[in-house]
Amino acid sequence: MRYCLKRLMAVVPVLLGLTVIVFSMLAFLPGDPATAILGPYATPDNVERLNRQLGLDKPPAQQYLIWLGNILQGDFGRSYSLNRPVLDEVLERFSATLVLAGAALLLCTLWGILIGVRCAVAQYGWSDRLLTLAAVAGISVPSFWLGLLAILAFSVHLRWLPASGMFAVYGGGGAADLVRHLILPALTLSVVATGVIARLTRSAMLEVLRQDFVCAARARGIGERRVIYRHAFKAALVTIIPVIGVQAGFVLGGAVYVETVFQWPGVGRMLVQAISTRDIQLVQGGVVVVAASYVLFNLLADLAQHALDPKIKT
Amino acid sequence: MTAAIEARNLSKTFGGERRWFGRARPPVCAVREVSFRVAAGETLGIVGESGCGKTTLARMLAGLLPPSGGRISVDGKEPRAGAGPWGGLVQYVFQDPLGALNPRKTIRQIMHAPLRHLLGMDAPAREARVAELFDAVNLHLAFLDRYPHEFSGGQAQRIGIARALAANPRIVVLDEPVSALDVSVQAQVLNLLADLRRAYHLTYLLISHDLAVVEAVSDRVAVLYCGAIVELADAAEVFARARHPYTRLLADSAPVPGRPPAAAAPGELPDAPTRGCAFAARCSRADAACRQRAPEPVYTRKENYVRCFRPLETPR
Amino acid sequence: MSGARFAASFAALGALLLRHRLAGLGALVLLVVAALAAAAPLLPLPNPDLTDLANRLQRPGAPGHPLGTDHLGRDLLARLVWGTRLSLAVGVFASLIAALAGSCIGIAAGFFGGRTDNLLMRGIDMLMAFPYILLALAIVAALGPGLLNALYAVAIVNIPFFARSVRGATAAIAHREFVDAARLAGMRNWRIIGGEILPNVAPVITIAMSTTIGWMILETAGLSFLGLGSQPPQADLGSMLGEGRNLLINAPHVSVVPGAMIFVVVVSINLLGDGVRDWLDPRLRAGQLSRPAAVTRIERADAGAAHRPDGALLQVRGLRTRFVSAGARTQYAVNGVDLTVDAGQCLGLIGESGSGKSVTALSLLGLAPSPPAVIGGGRVYLAGEDLLAADFERLRAIRGRRVAYIFQNPMAALHPLMTVGAQLTEAIRCHRRMPRQAALDEALGLLRQVRMPGAAARARQYPHELSGGMRQRVGIALALANAPELVIADEPTTALDVTVQAQILQLLAQLRRERNLALIFVTHDFAVLSQLCDRVAVMYAGRIVESGPTHDILARPAHPYTAGLIRCAPRLGGGRRPAAIPGLPPAADRLPRGCAFAPRCARRREACEAGKVASTRLSAARRVRCLYPLEAA
Ligand SMILES: Nc1ncnc2c1ncn2[C@@H]1O[C@H](COP(=O)(O)OP(=O)(O)OP(=O)(O)O)[C@@H](O)[C@H]1O
Ligand code: SF4
Ligand code: SF4
Ligand SMILES: [Mg+2]
Repeated sequence: MRYCLKRLMAVVPVLLGLTVIVFSMLAFLPGDPATAILGPYATPDNVERLNRQLGLDKPPAQQYLIWLGNILQGDFGRSYSLNRPVLDEVLERFSATLVLAGAALLLCTLWGILIGVRCAVAQYGWSDRLLTLAAVAGISVPSFWLGLLAILAFSVHLRWLPASGMFAVYGGGGAADLVRHLILPALTLSVVATGVIARLTRSAMLEVLRQDFVCAARARGIGERRVIYRHAFKAALVTIIPVIGVQAGFVLGGAVYVETVFQWPGVGRMLVQAISTRDIQLVQGGVVVVAASYVLFNLLADLAQHALDPKIKT
Repeated sequence: MTAAIEARNLSKTFGGERRWFGRARPPVCAVREVSFRVAAGETLGIVGESGCGKTTLARMLAGLLPPSGGRISVDGKEPRAGAGPWGGLVQYVFQDPLGALNPRKTIRQIMHAPLRHLLGMDAPAREARVAELFDAVNLHLAFLDRYPHEFSGGQAQRIGIARALAANPRIVVLDEPVSALDVSVQAQVLNLLADLRRAYHLTYLLISHDLAVVEAVSDRVAVLYCGAIVELADAAEVFARARHPYTRLLADSAPVPGRPPAAAAPGELPDAPTRGCAFAARCSRADAACRQRAPEPVYTRKENYVRCFRPLETPR
Repeated sequence: MSGARFAASFAALGALLLRHRLAGLGALVLLVVAALAAAAPLLPLPNPDLTDLANRLQRPGAPGHPLGTDHLGRDLLARLVWGTRLSLAVGVFASLIAALAGSCIGIAAGFFGGRTDNLLMRGIDMLMAFPYILLALAIVAALGPGLLNALYAVAIVNIPFFARSVRGATAAIAHREFVDAARLAGMRNWRIIGGEILPNVAPVITIAMSTTIGWMILETAGLSFLGLGSQPPQADLGSMLGEGRNLLINAPHVSVVPGAMIFVVVVSINLLGDGVRDWLDPRLRAGQLSRPAAVTRIERADAGAAHRPDGALLQVRGLRTRFVSAGARTQYAVNGVDLTVDAGQCLGLIGESGSGKSVTALSLLGLAPSPPAVIGGGRVYLAGEDLLAADFERLRAIRGRRVAYIFQNPMAALHPLMTVGAQLTEAIRCHRRMPRQAALDEALGLLRQVRMPGAAARARQYPHELSGGMRQRVGIALALANAPELVIADEPTTALDVTVQAQILQLLAQLRRERNLALIFVTHDFAVLSQLCDRVAVMYAGRIVESGPTHDILARPAHPYTAGLIRCAPRLGGGRRPAAIPGLPPAADRLPRGCAFAPRCARRREACEAGKVASTRLSAARRVRCLYPLEAA
């Protein structure tokens, strides 16, 4: 319990730092921020409103505080390109991303661990060699290319699965429809992370399996299955869990490509569009929300690890 | 007469500093109020169990770690700023002989470093001096072009000793110099150290957990418990006529051939010392006073003392 | 590094590439691709930006366009070569920038520690708080699209990875003794960083580069794919893919080909990177990262020849164990060991480090780690049954049930994430089916038997919460869990302090008496051994050189090595300088032909080095392996 509180407290400075970084994006914008944010076709009216909102006539520290105060109240400003509040747009898009990234994370954790353990158990056997090679291929494949190939194969040629969107345009909307649309993007998104987790699990298992306590467990006459799947795996999990936390970041980030390829209405595609239309406030809002949720996910991973590993006290 | 090295109320506390974010960790007192004087040419042995602050004390004496309280003087002088702590006057021999040699340098580069940086010798002079030192520690000059991993522990420790001597030190801190070595090689290194002491007029501070080694090599012995010296006495009698109950426990626990295992006292080194005498929880002589206040040193002979309210009087 | 050493390293790298065929393949492919990319201006290729709308969307194989053309009629092969050139260059530069910045931060944080460390690493934490590519997107959003900006973004995003791994490596090295030694040698901080730290963290930086360069190529290509990297008409592989995306259905080759190129480049970089890691990571290099099997590999050369076991509880005859690993000399650790232990007897096995004591002890129940261990011969009879011939299930039934082990380092031998009670009940229930509660009760009884203070509370604790002495008590309780006939204790007190050692020795002596246990006690200290053991076997270079009753051998050693071993350790109250044995024990990979002790022996004569020295009987209870023993028969 003490640990949970402590860990929660530690998140606060990280979140603050995150907002500082996002805010300072404004400082890098060429020229007058308000014009840069609103683009060359902004009405003077809008420019003035934004200047007031950001307090652009004040010193930077004060500007930041005003901005921070605003976002803490849920006011991320208005997206000029969509002409609606940033927060509404971001939250709508983010839920779509969560579905995609969540499914992918689940897939890669499951497959990654299974493959990694299998490789470690059958070290240097043919299945190990094959799966290890597959894992290298997995971490090397550009997901945007893989997505295109998947569309080409399963949507264009075989016509098994839809190529784009989250729901069918006509008559879509059910859970089954969602799943049908989800399969290709989620699989594509999970490939890289599966490779990473599989490779890590393999080496973590091998590392643990040569430790003294494994030999000691065998010396006690404990069966081989139990030694591998209980003793060794449990110890290896301590190194695997933080990597799953990191992979969540890769999956969230990789969603940008996959959403673009599959036209998934998620926050990643929104960001890319916002960047090309220079809708900076929308970018800021999206980045803050996604990054904050990632920080919270890592907090969960940390707590899970804490529950598993009694040694982490501080 | 000024002592070769003197420590006065030396203390070291770890942790407790303010961190940038988050709360400060509770301080850990690793060395507390350590005082002693070592005369030139003398060997002071320091014994204690693991975690009692031996290495912390040694690193402070060598100037590798700033003390948080108290003073150290060498030849009556305070440390001076300059090349190397103490300007090379105090040198150190490490517990892990291979860990003390940079794996990516040749022995020649390692040996030349103190000669170059401390004594400012030119290359031919360094070469000559290294040859002289290698002769003194019985090493072959052909070793100079090899890398550390090619040596056994005993050989590596000789190289470490030669490097320590290169700086012309007055004082050498020996931190468990033989505990990482094979039994049959330990004696070689101990004998070498004894010979070098005579040849180079060195003062030794020998740190070890092995009572027999300390007794055999030192003139006087300091017994460390929870970071404090509980007894300082002549080597010949420190264990034979222990005055502090902890020294007595150590002496009784040391295995001696033929003697059956001692009726062992319970308990182990405490994590966080409590108020009063740190040994009170394990001491059969402890009384209320012991749990109230920490005992102050009681001098037995002019430089020797025992930190106990009720020291053992009777010799064994 | 001297030239010769450098050349030797490269020779080693070459050998490794040959061994790791995949890494070699990766290197080869990468070399070809890089060479083509570098030679792009020299190759007879059309201008990659030359539009030719008449010839748009030609299929691969079209005349003059081996890979076809894109929607503007530009030659795809030319664009592929130039795009690869650009992508490779960007990836390499990004990783150089990230490596430089990250290493500087990492070294500063790791070396100076304290405030500097805290400040720098908190900054790095902030960067890490962003999901990987999102930060790159944010940076590009601020700086504006463009290849150079994408390069900066990807480099910045990768700085934390370098900073963290370099910081870890630096902090580990900054506390090593040789850095202290450098300080004492008068070297100042910048010189220490340059001369002592940097050469030792260089492999870590290289490893980090080999892992990240592939990512960086992928990520810059990704940004270009999104239209945020290279801007037309300039094209890297990513933007080619992005432009071709809209033509996916009509002209798939326009996007599939550049994607395949990215894949090939990154796969070969990663394969090569794995090889580089194998080469630089000393543990992987020694082949130690292989999984030891449940039973030692047994290849007995003397399979036919059987001895007649007598009534002894344990009888070991001619046991041989060696360590065989590719690319290293075979280590002959145990070379024909004979041991006999009767029921209730305590045998002390003494010898120096590397003499093969632990390997002997582990080989008895097939616990020596294979690979690399191989049992090359001998018999291990437990009450007449040859354990080396038993199948795994039979062996498993004996392990922990009839023969149990106590290990030197109790912290390492206990599972760090299981409570003491759980480990004890598991040990009990794996040999005897019983309800969990009954097993737990028995476990508490065991903890009390090993005089564990507060047994019930301790059972709920984890090993790291116990002190060293208590951990070893748990180790003993685990060994006693199924009332074995024989306990093998491998230096159970070496890692403990004297006062705790005395407690454990006393406990062992007591338990042995109470339970009539047979004990093999491995140690390097005669004083400890003499307190516990009836008989002693002295081991040197993998052989028993002398055996007999403890007091007899202590008083009148027959083998010159035994005599030396007794004299070289100082004794409390002995008041004398220890008498050293000159020289070193022989290396296990080059044992002398004759008596292994001959190079250090004062009594050596020619016959000693001529051939194998056999073990001879000195008296009814004593044997010695020496031609000129100190005690005559
Ligand atoms: N995993 C291994 N791979 C290669 N060689 C090994 C391995 N384990 C042990 N050896 C070799 O076997 C020999 C005997 O080692 P062993 O551990 O039995 O010695 P020991 O007498 O127990 O020493 P110590 O007192 O240090 O425990 C050594 O020379 C060592 O080089
Ligand atoms: S002061 Fe008291 S408790 Fe401490 S050692 Fe002396 S008699 Fe024991
Ligand atoms: S056989 Fe010869 S060399 Fe070997 S120990 Fe005996 S006397 Fe010495
Ligand atoms: Mg051993």
